[in-house]
Amino acid sequence: MKVNFKGTLLASIVFGTLLLGGCDSLLVLDPKGPQAEVQANDTMMLIFMMSGIVLAVFAMLIFMLVKYRASKQSPDYEPPHIHGHWLVETICIGIPIIIVIFLGVRSIGSNYLVESAPDAYKEEEPLVIYASSSDWKWHFSYPEQGIETVNYLYIPANRNIEFKLYSYGPITSFWIPQLGGQKYAMADMVTTLHLAADEVGEYWGRNANFAGAGTAEQTFDVTALTQDEFDEWVDEVKDTAEPLTEQKFEELLEPGHLGRSTYTGTHLEFSPAPEHNHGSSDSDTMDHENMDMENMNHENMDQNEHGDHQDTEHEDHSSH
Amino acid sequence: MEFFERFMIPHPSFLIYVSMVLIVLVSVALVAVITYFKLWGYLWREWITTVDHKKIGIMYLLMALLMLFRGGVDAIMLRYQLSMPENTFLDAQHYNEVFTTHGVVMILFMAMPFITFFFNYLVPLQIGARDVAFPRLNNLSFWLFFMGAMLFNLSFVVGGSPDAGWTSYFPLADNEFSTSVGTNYYMIAIQIAGIGTLMTGINFITTIMKMRAPGMTLFKMPMFTWSALIANLIIVFAFPVLTVALAMGTMDRLFDTKFFAIGNGGMDMLWANLFWVWGHPEVYILILPAFGIFSEVISTFARRNLYGYKSMVWSMIVISVFAFTVWTHHFFTMGQGAFTNSIFSITTMAIAVPTGVKIFNWLFTLYKGKIEFTTPMLYAVHFIPLFTLGGVTGVMLAMSAADYQYHNTMFLVAHFHNVIIPGVVYAMLAGFTFYWPKMFGFMLNEKIGKATVWVMSTGFLLAFMPMYITGLDGQARRMYTYSESTGFSTLNMVSFVGAGIMAVSFIMLVWNIWYSFKNSPRNIGSDPWDARGLEWATHTPIPAYNFAITPDVTDSTSEAFWDMKKKGTQIFKGEIKKIHMPNYSGVPFIMSCGFFLLGFSLIFSMWIPAIVGLIVILAGMAHRSFEKDHGYYIPEEDVKATEKQYEKRGAK
Repeated sequence: MKVNFKGTLLASIVFGTLLLGGCDSLLVLDPKGPQAEVQANDTMMLIFMMSGIVLAVFAMLIFMLVKYRASKQSPDYEPPHIHGHWLVETICIGIPIIIVIFLGVRSIGSNYLVESAPDAYKEEEPLVIYASSSDWKWHFSYPEQGIETVNYLYIPANRNIEFKLYSYGPITSFWIPQLGGQKYAMADMVTTLHLAADEVGEYWGRNANFAGAGTAEQTFDVTALTQDEFDEWVDEVKDTAEPLTEQKFEELLEPGHLGRSTYTGTHLEFSPAPEHNHGSSDSDTMDHENMDMENMNHENMDQNEHGDHQDTEHEDHSSH
Repeated sequence: MEFFERFMIPHPSFLIYVSMVLIVLVSVALVAVITYFKLWGYLWREWITTVDHKKIGIMYLLMALLMLFRGGVDAIMLRYQLSMPENTFLDAQHYNEVFTTHGVVMILFMAMPFITFFFNYLVPLQIGARDVAFPRLNNLSFWLFFMGAMLFNLSFVVGGSPDAGWTSYFPLADNEFSTSVGTNYYMIAIQIAGIGTLMTGINFITTIMKMRAPGMTLFKMPMFTWSALIANLIIVFAFPVLTVALAMGTMDRLFDTKFFAIGNGGMDMLWANLFWVWGHPEVYILILPAFGIFSEVISTFARRNLYGYKSMVWSMIVISVFAFTVWTHHFFTMGQGAFTNSIFSITTMAIAVPTGVKIFNWLFTLYKGKIEFTTPMLYAVHFIPLFTLGGVTGVMLAMSAADYQYHNTMFLVAHFHNVIIPGVVYAMLAGFTFYWPKMFGFMLNEKIGKATVWVMSTGFLLAFMPMYITGLDGQARRMYTYSESTGFSTLNMVSFVGAGIMAVSFIMLVWNIWYSFKNSPRNIGSDPWDARGLEWATHTPIPAYNFAITPDVTDSTSEAFWDMKKKGTQIFKGEIKKIHMPNYSGVPFIMSCGFFLLGFSLIFSMWIPAIVGLIVILAGMAHRSFEKDHGYYIPEEDVKATEKQYEKRGAK
């Protein structure tokens, strides 16, 4: 038996070092934005804490198995009848409760951090990008800039980005691992995801939620530029890209895979995002400053001329 | 011709054609063998119509092993597809079908019948009863489950498999995006099996509440029976939610209602909520009986009473309540905001407390014990560290903010396999090995058995540890391919090798059965493990009536058989009398065939045969209502004669 214990121990050590040793290079643990950093820090804290718990259980188990195995005892040894002891059981309940309280507090804190705009870049108002999915592509609309891209995303670094997510089909999940965790994009509700990039660079994103045959290739490239470069790019797009017509957008929505493409104008003008948000996104309503900004953005979005269209849509929704 | 076109596979491949041929050949061979040996009558009389909980249990066991094989083949195909970047073994559509059926088969048609086997086989024995409270309902439960499972497996060769994931999220699962009948199979096959499970739940709650041996108070029940009681309570509360959700989903697909579809007020999020309101308690339905089995095994082979019996029970009760308060953690990323996520994050972590209590209690059961490393015990000894690993990664996933990064990744896949395999599967195999001699009168070979455990754990670690790493590196789940540049390939190859090793351990298990059947001594008595619970106070093989005299455990603890052996406590008091037993019946089987016909017809929207199926079901129910069936008595002399035979055999 002894060899086997050692084998188990050795295996767990090997796996442990593999897990911890490879950490630096793993995407989730190599954050390039404040949200991803919160999540990476939580993850590292959890890995260490949970390793401690696992090791404690391992140690207790190995101690029991080595000390109390039958081959070490006399044949006529008769194990005693032991009921629980209140102190032991209190400790067994108490320690997990303390751990859960600690993690619970930490979890609440992190929740409010990842659900609101990162503090680091709060002075400047966020860039709003509508990211919508269709089988199996991503459409990125920049309402303030009046441009739209397919399957690639240019963002200014060191600035908060507020993604408005929704879907023209099945539920998808918008995920750029190095900038932050994912959130669902759905057909009947707009969800909000706050991200920011700390560094200029190339990242990748994908739909992480299974949405049919083409999901594996539903990826997109993310390029974080300086604000100046970003503005330059916007101007360039405006000068060179084709306008996005309703007909063109219908073509884009057809199921399949497409490469990158770029347009002036956004589909929000003729195919606005779902209005309903089922009374959610409470982080938005809790943060007043944020709410004000959002209202401003909505005004900026130049959607008023389509207001009547949206109203009828809204009535349809609320009539049942 | 048009009529038959609907039964075609919409997206066939060489593999599917091969399986079609194999299925036909195996079916023909099976029918031929049964006919050649004239076994139809025997099958009908002894198995199909049986109401004996032990036989029904064994049929569940057979189904579970069969489905373990099917789900395992699926798993190997998935791992092989991902073992190399840009692999072309499966295309996207087939990969999607395979992971969908792998999930459904393993959870609903492998793990569920496996635990139901233990409910059936053990609960009446552990509480000293002659059968379950509603024996005929029990037969119906099995056949409904069987028909559901068969219907689901039929999708592979007739009409196309479901391909929207085992969670079958709408709107993906709606007609607009899932055009084949595959998802109809999902909705209806699970519905039929689910009705069977719901009946099992009602049956076992009643059995445990009303049919315990004299003197067996609730807090004197063996631990497995406690776990069965709580699991069945969860079944009765959770499965109706699934029933309703599946009914709504079926209507969306067949009649274009818009419960979950896009537009006209359909809410895709409602499906996700309903699914997980059932789905999360479902995992506790699986794990609690597993805990029960481990409790029996660990106390037997530590040669000690279970430490902290009461806290074990209370922790299960607490888990069963919490089970219904955590479903939202399956979609922290659905945009419900920080406040809601915080609440569900904390309730989820809180489940770690009662689970931790159980782990500690098992560890303390080893304290001052006299531990023997038999095969079942080896499963338990491997379970504790591996399950702890799965448990703590569960706590990681419960941190909702961090979960945004783990959700939908291989990290999650690694986590739930890490709790379900060492938790549920190891428990089932431990219990399988432990109770094998009670069922069949010979032991499984210990050497092969122990080797199986080591091979299985090695395979398990190799298969699933790499997924934690690739998950944190951004590998999303349910993706049929990835490019070389992602760097996932080495670890995915390791994973495939691990899956292969696990397959070897399954082959070893089957080989062990064959080897032991050939070589194991038959004269092993009724207590080969020196066990503790009341179920071991029966003869081997167990007579139809279980106990000739109803046991009375007034003077015993929860380990009545142990008290009898060590302290000489009397549990069989009184004289042998005639024994009342329930009659066998073929009606439940016929009704289940009606369900199969109804289900199959609904899947293909064929209304006339559907109505015929419905009529068969209603006729079966009507027949039952008017039938006078008071069971029968085994005469006193017969019982005495049987008992004498056992005595003789024991003396030999």
